[in-house]
Amino acid sequence: MSYPDDVRYTAEHEWARLAHGIVTVGITGYATEQLGDVVFVELPPIGKQIEASKTFGVVEAVKTVSDLYAPVTGVVVEVNTALTDNPAAVNVEPYGAGWMIRIKPANPADVDQLMNSAAYSRLIEEQHA
Amino acid sequence: MSFTGLTTHEEQRMLREIGVGAFDELLDAIPERVVLHQPLPIPGPLSEIEIRRTLGEWSRTNAADRAVSFLGAGAYDHWIPSAVNAVAMRSEFATAYTPYQPEVAQGSLTAIFQFQSMIAELTGCDVANASLYDGSTATVEAALLARGQTGRKRVVVAGALHPNYLGVLRTYLDGRDLTILENRGGSCAALDLRAGLGPDVACVIYQHPNFFGLLENPRGIHAMAHEVGALVIAVCDPVALSLIEPPGKAGADMVVGEAQPLGNPPSFGGPMLGYFACKQSLVRRMPGRIAAETNDRDGRRGFVLTLQTREQHIRREKATSNICTNQGLMALRATIHMGLLGRQGMRDVAELCVQKSHHAAQLATAVPGYRRAHDGAFFREFALECPLDASAIVARGMTAGILPGVDLGQFRPEWKRWLLVAVTEQRSAQEIERWVQVLADAGRTS
Repeated sequence: MSYPDDVRYTAEHEWARLAHGIVTVGITGYATEQLGDVVFVELPPIGKQIEASKTFGVVEAVKTVSDLYAPVTGVVVEVNTALTDNPAAVNVEPYGAGWMIRIKPANPADVDQLMNSAAYSRLIEEQHA
Repeated sequence: MSFTGLTTHEEQRMLREIGVGAFDELLDAIPERVVLHQPLPIPGPLSEIEIRRTLGEWSRTNAADRAVSFLGAGAYDHWIPSAVNAVAMRSEFATAYTPYQPEVAQGSLTAIFQFQSMIAELTGCDVANASLYDGSTATVEAALLARGQTGRKRVVVAGALHPNYLGVLRTYLDGRDLTILENRGGSCAALDLRAGLGPDVACVIYQHPNFFGLLENPRGIHAMAHEVGALVIAVCDPVALSLIEPPGKAGADMVVGEAQPLGNPPSFGGPMLGYFACKQSLVRRMPGRIAAETNDRDGRRGFVLTLQTREQHIRREKATSNICTNQGLMALRATIHMGLLGRQGMRDVAELCVQKSHHAAQLATAVPGYRRAHDGAFFREFALECPLDASAIVARGMTAGILPGVDLGQFRPEWKRWLLVAVTEQRSAQEIERWVQVLADAGRTS
């Protein structure tokens, strides 16, 4: 599996994409493969202050549930409400239409501290070694 | 699966396998000072003959078995058709465990699905779960759900909620998050409710009919609570629900309560049967398990547990609830009971309760010194203000083979002259007359 170069990664399998001072967050293709069909995503309200490495929501698949961890500290400015009616978008387009929240980060440079595609790819390989 | 105990030989093999010399080594972590070094003070062992004799003697001291009961306050003496026992005690039902494997549990799952469907219809809600411990824990679970859903903390109790339910709410909530509105005249006054509300309120809880048997004004309460963005939790008796407008139809977000009156005896200490119903929009936060209808790969109708990912065998400490043991057998009895009675039968029972309780109230208030403690419409149950302490009437009734009601003084000292009287469809005209006689005799001695 390949991991896009235009996003950064957490060890908990979220991705973060910084653009125009806003960080978009979702879960990786690897995560969706492990979860199976996503049936529900519980996301925080707009305006909620969230903290790096703390949970901000829940993703629910047919047979399991997983917490979502914030890649950076900041305030939620947008939530992907389309997932309410179409949670499958997370499986189909994890890095696109399956995005979950947008954060105004306290410190945009924090995104650079996350793993790049190569490092994340190595992490997955190690976990399967 | 065999339920026989281990032989010493098997125990030895298991210990060898895990590399432990003796069973007691497994308990080494327990501090010496808390270890009991003598046998527990339990008598026995007894032979079967001795056990039958001893337990038989104990059971014969239970007067409730023979007495005519006017007790209520949350547990009611309704008729249970014999078929309820006959069907519920079938071994495939009686010994069933949580139906995690739908391929071998279609009977249990079908029964749970029917229970949920019936409760949803009774309460006027979209969905119901497979049941909870009892009415009080169902009430707490509803309050916790409302707090999670709204992100607010304060829980407002409007009108007369059962004091024991209040006690359980206090156990779970920080006292500062609980506002209990004092009721005047026995039921929730709009004036008091409005004053108790605010933008920090997660939910308003009211009982309907309330602890004193009085009917509340659900639509008024719903409108006021929703105005401040709070959810509404109605705590309802299921027998009354076959007669009154289901609060779910009138906008309540959750309807919960005690379903013991449906096919389960009012045993001392239970088991009771909590039910929980809510709007579809709250289903993912609903505690407990839910059975659902589906099709197998050949398109045949079948049943499974659904939304299991919210539950503790998957979510562990993050489950919607970790105290949601369902009362499978009790729920089954309620299902059979409702099935036997049918819609009209349930309505008939509720109407008989109204007629007989009102008849009893009329006779009682004609006895000098007695009057109803509250005005207002009531269902099956009413508080009677007595010319002497209610405890004295209870004692007098016992000698006449009658349990005349619940002494409310046990809940609050200022209620000590109040007797809470429940009259179900089981009470005959003669029994009601005997009960009135107890009141009259007790009144003369005061």
